[in-house]
Amino acid sequence: MERIPILQMGKFLLVTIQVDMHDRLALTLQDDLTNKIVKAGARGVLIDISSLEVVDSFIGRMIGNIASMSRVLDAQTVVVGMQPAVAITLVELGLSLVGVRTALNVERGMAMLQKQMEEDRDDQEETGDADD
Amino acid sequence: MPTTKADELPIQTSADVVSVRQAVRSAAMEQSFSLVDQTKLVTAASELARNTLDYGGGGSVRIERVLDGARKGVRLVFKDQGPGIADIDLAMRDGYTSGGGLGLGLGGAKRLVSEFHIDSAPGKGTTITITRWR
Repeated sequence: MERIPILQMGKFLLVTIQVDMHDRLALTLQDDLTNKIVKAGARGVLIDISSLEVVDSFIGRMIGNIASMSRVLDAQTVVVGMQPAVAITLVELGLSLVGVRTALNVERGMAMLQKQMEEDRDDQEETGDADD
Repeated sequence: MPTTKADELPIQTSADVVSVRQAVRSAAMEQSFSLVDQTKLVTAASELARNTLDYGGGGSVRIERVLDGARKGVRLVFKDQGPGIADIDLAMRDGYTSGGGLGLGLGGAKRLVSEFHIDSAPGKGTTITITRWR
């Protein structure tokens, strides 16, 4: 079966969507990512959509779902590389991707995830001390 | 209004929806649409093609390159023989869905094009015609 590959880099998962996805492929990616977050104990998910020329309400909903599911599983999602024409169209379509964090490119997205993970670790250390 | 070229594509599977997006993209490029205009039309087409498949039980789209004087455009006619829409005003409203979607398909598609026309009645199927001018 056709699948979008998910790469693991330490505590992060990376996905680059390079094909025009049909709906079932998008749903498969959503399921695969959710499973992989748990299996890998991932803390962050980076989705690169720089090759996507169209984001319609279905793909938009999938992106929103991935962000919500990863949040429930204690991981952050960052969507990077949205093309300007896609951003303009999304807003006009009425899709604002509430709750989805975005960054301009992969480098900034990774920095965002890294920072978030360090902040979480600091918080945990503080609570850890209090428990002792 | 003269039509310079027209193709008809089936919409029976979710892979067909992808083919519709690609065919609409090349029609918009042929009519020298800007990248933003191409993206808007392709996105509207994707929403309507999915509706044709999910709610209309499959159908077809006719892709026409149209000319109005010096103005170039692309017209798309989506047709299905599905259950039809009883309350068109309600179906057009953002957030309303009879399925599991976001309810942005019809209203969103309308905002992305220059002209939008819907013809539907219960038991009569649905025909939606959209045009975008460059």
